[in-house]
Amino acid sequence: MGLSLRELERQQKIRNFSIVAHIDHGKSTLADRILEHTGAISDREMTEQVLDTMDLERERGITIKLQAVCLQYKARDGRIYTLNLIDTPGHVDFSYEVSRSLAACEGAILVIDAAQGLEAQTLANVYLALEHDLELIPVINKIDLPGANVDRVKKELETVLGLDGDEAILASAKTGAGVEEILEALVKRLPSPRGNPSSPPRALIFDSHYDPYRGVVAYVRVVEGSLRPGMSIKMMAGGGIFELAEVGIFSPEPTPTDGLSVGEVGFAIAGIKNVKDCRVGDTITDADNPASEPLPGYRQITPMVYCGLFPVDSNDYQDLREALERLKLNDAALIYGPDNSAALGFGFRCGFLGLLHMEIVQERLEREYLLELITTAPSVKYQITGIDGNVQYVDNPVDFPAQQEIASLAEPFVRATIVAPSTYVGPVMELCQDNRGEFRNMEYVDQTRVVITYDLPLSEIIYDFFDLLKSRTRGYASLDYEYLGYQKADLVKLDILINGELVDALSSISHRDQAYYRGRELVDKLRRLIPRQMFDIPIQAAVENRPIARETVRALKKDVLQKCYGGDVTRKRKLLERQKEGKKRMKQVGSVEVPQEAFMAVLKIK
Amino acid sequence: MKKIGLYIHVPFCVRKCHYCDFVSFPYRQDMVQNYLKGLQKELDLYHQLLAETRVNTIYFGGGTPSCLSQRELSALFALLNRHAKAEPSAEVSVECNPGTISPEKLREMKAAGVNRISLGVQALQDEHLYRLGRTHKSMEVYESHDLIRQAGFQNVNFDLMFALPGQTLKQWATTLTDTIELGPEHISTYNLVFEKGTRFYQWREDGLLSTPDEELDLAMYQLALDMLPPAGYRQYEISSFAPKGWECRHNLTYWYNEPYLGLGPGAHSYDGKTRWANDESLTRYLSTLEQGRTPIVNQEKLTIELEQSETVILGLRTREGIDRRRFQKRFQRDLCSLYADSIDKLVQQGLLKITPRRMQLTAKGLLFANRVFIEFLPT
Repeated sequence: MGLSLRELERQQKIRNFSIVAHIDHGKSTLADRILEHTGAISDREMTEQVLDTMDLERERGITIKLQAVCLQYKARDGRIYTLNLIDTPGHVDFSYEVSRSLAACEGAILVIDAAQGLEAQTLANVYLALEHDLELIPVINKIDLPGANVDRVKKELETVLGLDGDEAILASAKTGAGVEEILEALVKRLPSPRGNPSSPPRALIFDSHYDPYRGVVAYVRVVEGSLRPGMSIKMMAGGGIFELAEVGIFSPEPTPTDGLSVGEVGFAIAGIKNVKDCRVGDTITDADNPASEPLPGYRQITPMVYCGLFPVDSNDYQDLREALERLKLNDAALIYGPDNSAALGFGFRCGFLGLLHMEIVQERLEREYLLELITTAPSVKYQITGIDGNVQYVDNPVDFPAQQEIASLAEPFVRATIVAPSTYVGPVMELCQDNRGEFRNMEYVDQTRVVITYDLPLSEIIYDFFDLLKSRTRGYASLDYEYLGYQKADLVKLDILINGELVDALSSISHRDQAYYRGRELVDKLRRLIPRQMFDIPIQAAVENRPIARETVRALKKDVLQKCYGGDVTRKRKLLERQKEGKKRMKQVGSVEVPQEAFMAVLKIK
Repeated sequence: MKKIGLYIHVPFCVRKCHYCDFVSFPYRQDMVQNYLKGLQKELDLYHQLLAETRVNTIYFGGGTPSCLSQRELSALFALLNRHAKAEPSAEVSVECNPGTISPEKLREMKAAGVNRISLGVQALQDEHLYRLGRTHKSMEVYESHDLIRQAGFQNVNFDLMFALPGQTLKQWATTLTDTIELGPEHISTYNLVFEKGTRFYQWREDGLLSTPDEELDLAMYQLALDMLPPAGYRQYEISSFAPKGWECRHNLTYWYNEPYLGLGPGAHSYDGKTRWANDESLTRYLSTLEQGRTPIVNQEKLTIELEQSETVILGLRTREGIDRRRFQKRFQRDLCSLYADSIDKLVQQGLLKITPRRMQLTAKGLLFANRVFIEFLPT
């Protein structure tokens, strides 16, 4: 079958693009303006920031689940172009998803806040985009802000990113200024998709979601050939074979079409029951006429951060299981398995892409499923080489083998990129150093700002590194990181004993040099968190069964309300009710009542 | 005919003490006149109820009822006598502060049928009285006590406070010894509570006052428990001591969870099923009554579970505890099976004692009474 002229013309009028930006630089608002301008959505339908559909995303101002939308734009040349906007999640936890979305595009709009300038995520996004050979359209946003400094940003574009500052479009997503120019640039500067429409099909899955009625909805970009309903499709990495029931585009509502051809972006529904059979990054092909090679870049998502989730009320275990099952339908990156803690009872050990992913899952469980949870301190996955030479991976401190059985230990490291005002170089480096960071590089963006690169253990980053970075730089520093791999480290398991009983849920892994300090901080913190009871409660920290710190929660001497309150019995009762309410939120560990915050205390110790 | 206790809140003081969070306003003649008019209206509204009940205790609390002038007191008592018929054997108490009483006022009280004086002594060291913001000195305690006795009162209570900022155990011992020496018929001991909204609370927040050491607080309470019974004052409730037969009957109404009617701003009432409270604002109290309505702001109809729970919690405050048969009679439920789990746990912890007839706090349970009480709250 030869290439028809019509087909060629269709293909030439497609532009696939993403918008990338550092958090709060105005990505979502710009997307909204583009949608409005192209008439994809009327003012009336326009609730703010249409692309972020989950409440949580709106509240946090970040995109978690990405989306795609197909726009028709009548350009100044009089022709109508199809613009496919593929949204990307704006957080380092989801960098693999970002990379898959970018792989589905030919270009990207790089949004930079005119007042803030380049930030760590800007850099990370640019590198990622360049890795995928994307054409970049820099947009300097928020030019209407009083603090806007367009010249400085242009200079940063040139010196740091090697982009032509004069090519940057000046815009204000708030007022709509520059939006048309951006649309024109998409048409003029981005290449149209290449690919042979008559080859065996290859379509990249860049996202998916679970629909209770239709099964998995895959978000795809057709790279070669075409997908037609009725076709038998095959997942080239996953291996599953399904019958393609429906394809279509988002305009922005899902609209069925009679096929998806080279360069097109849309959805595919094939009666797939579970998102894990439809992995992000996988390639869809024709089962009867398969492509010889899948598209490059697929990898299995591996969780980076693990924690235990336990119901406060042990009767909620079954509900928690069902809630996790449901979340998992829509979130292939979430993994979980049953966990059993002596202190907390039955629960689940869960794996997440990162801390944000973890917090999102936790919050959804609590908010959407109304579960009250106790979360144990997050942990990374440690690589343990035994004295017998066997290598195992452990993500739960409870499963750590005895010290004498361990030959060596390694932990995951990341390369962190920090952009900060140069006046904060000292505090930033000190913070990295304190967190066992290894200095890699420092580069000046201009006279006032630097990019500092450090290799850091992931375990240090997942505690409160970001908060500390923000507080030590008065909020001016930004952070991004990429995964490096395992590096050897001298680690020990730090145990906590309350009233002589080891509390497994409070164990953590620590660098040997920090164990003493952390142990001392932790028992001190616990001493203040555990309310006094009718007897003395010793709290100890121990490494390799050797106590390294000890505090005592002194016994309460009395707890009695003497005042009469002149017949105000209700007031007395309310005081008691409040006391009882506080007690309810405690976990019974042996004979000691431990508040939930105590289990989170491990988190906050540095 | 049903029996009730009557509480009259007299919301005026010479000056508010630094730790006090009760409803009280600076004494002003015109305000007292308004208050008395309001009280009359309130009594009118409860006319029917008062006609159908027998009043066996009356308690004039405050504020400082004794800061009213002789004529105002006379008007107050006349008002009460017109509306409520107290039993001949009724206990009628008036709270007085040292330095605010005179032979004339006491004569007025006596004539009106008052038979019990509760004296706000608090401490017997001038430094503590000053720090608490009391208007009297220790000398006036002795003078007032003499006047009360001279006026012929044979039932006197001393309110004492401990765990005061800077108070030593020795000073507390002196306060107790000197009180025992004077020989009031009843002694109440309260540890200082830093209530939100008081100057003391703010001063403590600002670091100007320290909460007394807990060990010392306990030692002071223990000292009272050690010193008062040998002197003839039996502990009959967590903070009340008296020889047998001299217990405050009005307060026992509260502990037995029996009905009482409270009048005046901020006063609380309970009719056996429902609790309610009056508006704490004197202005609103008066204006609501002016419109012919009761100045009630909070009303709660108790569920049977709450009524049972409150009966237990209040009853356990008394040393003799809950009479199991009385509980059975009131609720047609067996106390021990109703709260089987809680009771088991508390008995095991050594906080509660069960006898065939009663359930009561142990000596340890007395110190941890709140821990016991919360186990009896409805879930």
